[in-house]
Amino acid sequence: MSDHEYTPSSKFGKWFNDRLPLLTLGKHLTDYPTPKNLNYWWTFGGILTFCLITQIVTGLILAMHYVAHADLAFGSVEHIMRNVNYGWLIRYVHANGASMFFLAVYIHIFRSLYYGSYKSPREIIWILGMIIYILMMAAAFMGYVLPWGQMSFWGATVITNLFSAIPLVGESIVTWLWGGYSVDNPTLTRFFSLHYLIPFLILGLVVLHIWALHVPGNNNPIGIDLKKPSKDTVPFHPYIVIKDLFALLIFLIVFAFFVFYSPNILGHADNYIEANPMVTPAHIVPEWYLLPFYAILRSVPDKLLGVIAMFGALFILVILPWLDTSKTRSAIFRPLYKQFYWFLVADVLILGYVGAMPAEGIYLLVARVATAYYFAHFLIILPILSKKERVLDVPLSITEPILGGSVSASAVRQKKDKL
Amino acid sequence: MSEKKVKRREFIFTATYAVGAVGVGATIWPLIDQMNPDASVKALASTEVDISNVEKGQSITVLWRGKPVFIRRRTEEEIAKARDVNVDELKHPEKDEDRAKDPEWLVMLGVCTHLGCVPLGDKGEYGGWFCPCHGSHYDTSGRIRKGPAPTNMEVPKYEFVNGDTIKIG
Repeated sequence: MSDHEYTPSSKFGKWFNDRLPLLTLGKHLTDYPTPKNLNYWWTFGGILTFCLITQIVTGLILAMHYVAHADLAFGSVEHIMRNVNYGWLIRYVHANGASMFFLAVYIHIFRSLYYGSYKSPREIIWILGMIIYILMMAAAFMGYVLPWGQMSFWGATVITNLFSAIPLVGESIVTWLWGGYSVDNPTLTRFFSLHYLIPFLILGLVVLHIWALHVPGNNNPIGIDLKKPSKDTVPFHPYIVIKDLFALLIFLIVFAFFVFYSPNILGHADNYIEANPMVTPAHIVPEWYLLPFYAILRSVPDKLLGVIAMFGALFILVILPWLDTSKTRSAIFRPLYKQFYWFLVADVLILGYVGAMPAEGIYLLVARVATAYYFAHFLIILPILSKKERVLDVPLSITEPILGGSVSASAVRQKKDKL
Repeated sequence: MSEKKVKRREFIFTATYAVGAVGVGATIWPLIDQMNPDASVKALASTEVDISNVEKGQSITVLWRGKPVFIRRRTEEEIAKARDVNVDELKHPEKDEDRAKDPEWLVMLGVCTHLGCVPLGDKGEYGGWFCPCHGSHYDTSGRIRKGPAPTNMEVPKYEFVNGDTIKIG
C-alpha cells in the first residue's frame, strides 16, 4: 500500500509495526500525495465521513431509548424528545443529519460527474460509491419508518409494494418483507435491525472506497494524470487536512441552522400523527432526497415499467464509466459536455420539484419529459459526445498553464495526439 | 496417471460440491423463512363482522390481517351502474356478478392495487373509489377504470354466516 518503506523511530514502534504495520498505514495517510489544485468541491469526501460518523454515534444513542414495537415506537420517540436529557438535540441531529448526508453526497456525486472522476482508472471507486449511495437510501428509508408516524407507515407501504410489481413472485416477496399481510410490527422490528446494520456495511465500503482511491490517487480539476509525488502534489497532512476542516466548519454552520432554527422543515407534519392502517394521508411524499426517483416512478403509467424505470435510473449511474468513454476527464476541456452537464443538473432539480407535486396535469407532463431527458443524457448524449466532441487542449501539468513556457504549445498538441 | 483415475477424482469433487450446496441451502433456508408470516400472524386469519346496522348507501371499514376491508351496502343505482358496463373494455375484466355474491353487498380489500394506499370512498370519476396517492379511479364494483393500478381491488374469501354477520377469511 505504501509507496516507500517506513521505519518507526522508537524501538516499541518498530517492534509493533513489524507485527502489525499500522504505523506504516498512518505514514501513508499523512504523506499521501494530493494534487495541489484541488478546489472546495473536493472537501465533501471528508464531510461525508464526518456525516457517517455523526449518524452512527447519534443512532447508537437513540437506540438506547427507542423501542421498536408498533404499539410503543411512536411514544418512545416523543419520550426521547421530551424526557431524555438532550434527547431532542440528538434526535434532531440524527434526522437532519440524514438530509445533510444526502446534500453532501449529491454534491460529491455531481463533482465527480463534472470533473470525470468516474473515468478510467477510477471506475471501481465510482461503483463502490454508487453501492454506498444505494445503501444510504435503504438506510434512510428504513430509518424514516421507525418513528411509526403516518408518513412512516404509508411510505413503508408504498415502497415495499414496489416489489409486488415483479411478475409471479412479487406478492410472495412483499409478504416475506412484511412478515405478515400488511406493514405491521414484524416489519418495524426487522427494519430496525437492518437500519442498525447498514451504516456498518457503509463504513466497510467507505474503507474500500478510500483504498481504491489511494491506488491511482485523486483526480483533480483539470483531470490529468500526475506524477506522484511531484511539484504538482502536496502531502495530505497538513495541507488537505486543514482545507477539509475549514470546509467542514462552513458545512456545520448550515447543519446547525437546520438543527437549531428549523429542525422540522425537511420533515412532514403528518409524521407527528401515529400510524393508522385505516387512513392514508391525502398527499404522500417521500423525503426530499428521494424525490427525483419518485418522479420517475410516477411518470410511467404502467406499474412494472415504472418500477423498472426507477431502479434503471440508479443502475444507469453504475455503468456510467462505460457510457461516457471520452478520454478527456474534466468538463473544463469539454465545451459541449459542460453544457449538457448543467442541463442534467437542471433536469434532476426539475424531477425533484415535480416529485413533490401531485402527479397530474402539467406536473405529470413535465415529469415525463424530464424522465425521458434523464435517460437520453446517459444513453444517447454521452455516447455521442464521447465520439464527436472536439475537446480543448489539456495542459501537461498543473503548473504549466500558470508558469507557462515550461512546455511548448506544440508539445501539448503532441501529447493530445497521443491520447 | 490413467484417465480413469482423473475421472474418479472429478466425480468426488462434483459430489462434494453438490452435497455442500445442498447443506448450505438447507442451512440458509431457516434464516430466510423466519421472515415469512409467523404462527401468531397466521392465527388471525379470519374475522366476523356485524353488518346489521349498515344502511343502503353506507360503507363500513374493518381491519382484517392488518388491512382495511370495505363492506358497502350498495344502492340500486350503484348496482345498475356496476352491471351496465361492457366487461371487455375494462383493464381487468371482471363481471360485477362475480365480485358481489349478493349484489347489495360489496366486500373487498380497501387496498389500492398500485402501491397499497387506502382509496377514498364516494370519490373519483366513476362514482366509486379514488386513490389519493397516485390517482387511480375505481367504479362502484371496485374495478380499476383509470390510473396506474393494474388490477381491480381484491375480493377476499368471505361468507354470510347469517343475515347479520359476514365472516371474512
